[in-house]
Amino acid sequence: MVERTVRVGSSHGLHARPAKLFTQAAASSGSTVTIAKAGGTPVNAASILAVIAQGIDHGDEVTVAVDGGDEQRVLDELVELLSTDHDE
Amino acid sequence: MEFRGTGIGQGVAVGPVVRMAERLPEPVDRPSHLDPAREEERARASLSVVAGELQRMGAQAGGAAQDVLEAQAMMAEDPTLVDDIVKRLADGKTAERAVFEAFASFRDMLAAMGGYMGERAADLDDVSQRVVAHLLKVPAPGVPNPGHPFVLVARDLAPADTALLDLGQVLGLVTIDGGPTSHTAILAREKSIVAVVGAADAATLADGDTVIVDAANDLVVQDPTPEQIAEARERIAERAARAAAPVTPGALADGTPVPLLANLGSADGAEEAARLGAEGVGLFRTEFLFLDANTAPSVTEQQAQYTRMLSAFPGRKVVVRVLDAGADKPLSFLNDAPEENPALGLRGIRALRHSEVILREQLTALAAADAATEADLWVMAPMIATVEETRYFTNLCRELGIKVAGVMVETPSAALIADHILKVADFASIGTNDLTQYTMAADRLLGTVANLQDAWHPAVLRLVAQVGEAGRVDGRPVGICGEAAADPLLAVVLVGLGATSLSMSPSALADVRASLARHTREDAERIARAALAAEGAAEAKQAAQEAAAASAPTPTGTPVP
Repeated sequence: MVERTVRVGSSHGLHARPAKLFTQAAASSGSTVTIAKAGGTPVNAASILAVIAQGIDHGDEVTVAVDGGDEQRVLDELVELLSTDHDE
Repeated sequence: MEFRGTGIGQGVAVGPVVRMAERLPEPVDRPSHLDPAREEERARASLSVVAGELQRMGAQAGGAAQDVLEAQAMMAEDPTLVDDIVKRLADGKTAERAVFEAFASFRDMLAAMGGYMGERAADLDDVSQRVVAHLLKVPAPGVPNPGHPFVLVARDLAPADTALLDLGQVLGLVTIDGGPTSHTAILAREKSIVAVVGAADAATLADGDTVIVDAANDLVVQDPTPEQIAEARERIAERAARAAAPVTPGALADGTPVPLLANLGSADGAEEAARLGAEGVGLFRTEFLFLDANTAPSVTEQQAQYTRMLSAFPGRKVVVRVLDAGADKPLSFLNDAPEENPALGLRGIRALRHSEVILREQLTALAAADAATEADLWVMAPMIATVEETRYFTNLCRELGIKVAGVMVETPSAALIADHILKVADFASIGTNDLTQYTMAADRLLGTVANLQDAWHPAVLRLVAQVGEAGRVDGRPVGICGEAAADPLLAVVLVGLGATSLSMSPSALADVRASLARHTREDAERIARAALAAEGAAEAKQAAQEAAAASAPTPTGTPVP
């Protein structure tokens, strides 16, 4: 398992479109992916409801953990997604 | 088969009916007679079908709607949600009930988060309804999207429905409930969609029925004959020709000018109004500046907004109504105490007097904006009932540098003593919606008494006539700024009763302009007398139609078949 902590770049946080893009990527990655807010319990990153229920805002630190499959590549892609602003 | 309702606007539409399915009742919580594994199969199958549908709709819609629909599709197959459903099925619930409960629990969680998340709660509700509908093998509720132009038949439309509606595909709207002031009616007016609201018998219309929606005659015709369809198509073409006709100043057939003005609620619509031939603004509502605000905006802020709006009409008349708060549009900083009868409470000028500093600031900002622009600014006060209130308002206007100060006539009281009021005020503008509500003692927001909310009623017309006469004697302009001015035939009647200008939604200008041009001043007065002499609203309209047919060389555009 690999994991990394990243600051969320989307100006509206991990809601709506960014949440959709992130969960889509997590669900299609072939790995088991979780996401956790600083100090929070990790939730299934392939679940859009679980992800938006975290109420993750712009600038929040989140930890992404990837287990199985092409771990490093999947992690890199997801971290890239999270740090990009999709609400321009 | 013909159904009566209240037509919005003057249009006609022909097309196939698509019904909006109604919200499903909550699935009953009873033990399933199937085993949990079988129920899970059913639930998963329906979730997957709905997710597929939403994906397809998203691909078709494109743009921002696609993101919303794709997110909804993901919600339908969300692993956390599915786990929750499976847990509930293990307790022996039916698939319908388990799906309903699981969505509801996520929905409540999102709603509790408020703000943006709260809005997503409605998306979840929609997915939940679709899945339960699929399990029950009934049509999914919500706004339909058949992929071809259609006439939408619904009980009534909620704001969320209309936001999702593809207006490019909607030929017309028919609602079973809802009156002329319902959300559907307002939307139809704004977007110029042909609509008949409150047509109770339209409940019998089925998907695929061909209907004529005849707003001008308040009618919905089911299974029309080929002749009726041909006639409707002819009227649609005529109306299109009228809309494309060159824009000229409003005038009667004998050349008597009747300036046609626009009702606006913000500076945004100014350009479109001017393009459609508005000769100025007859009612500029200023509430938009104050709604969503906890305190009144500053003088500088207001002045910038007014300047922007006045700049769009150089050399033209712009009538601004000072803040009209209370009743259906309460503002926290003006209307703080709850009232039993807000329509009869501290609203309009009464509320402003109570908080005079707000009125003073607004008038100061308006006077400054007037000085900075070329428009001809008139200012009026809402909800005037007495001469004393009129004097209070006009004195304050003069003190603060407003050149033309008038009043709205919305209460029967103001109409009955218009002769006195117009000796103090520079002009009067009749707000027919409120004048009708107060004359008929019928709440304009209440569907159950919508039949009384009809400005054609001779009781209302007599009051208009009194104001018109007072204006003529005192040499003061009398405008109309309610929905009544947008009805082409009623507009002629109002002019016949003494109205000197008409203000309306810009979309109504072309029809009213064409109607005025068919009648001379003498005709208008004769038609008005016929309407005044009638005993009720329907009789007044019919009498006016008959009188109008006698005056014009061609019958007025909208004869009753």
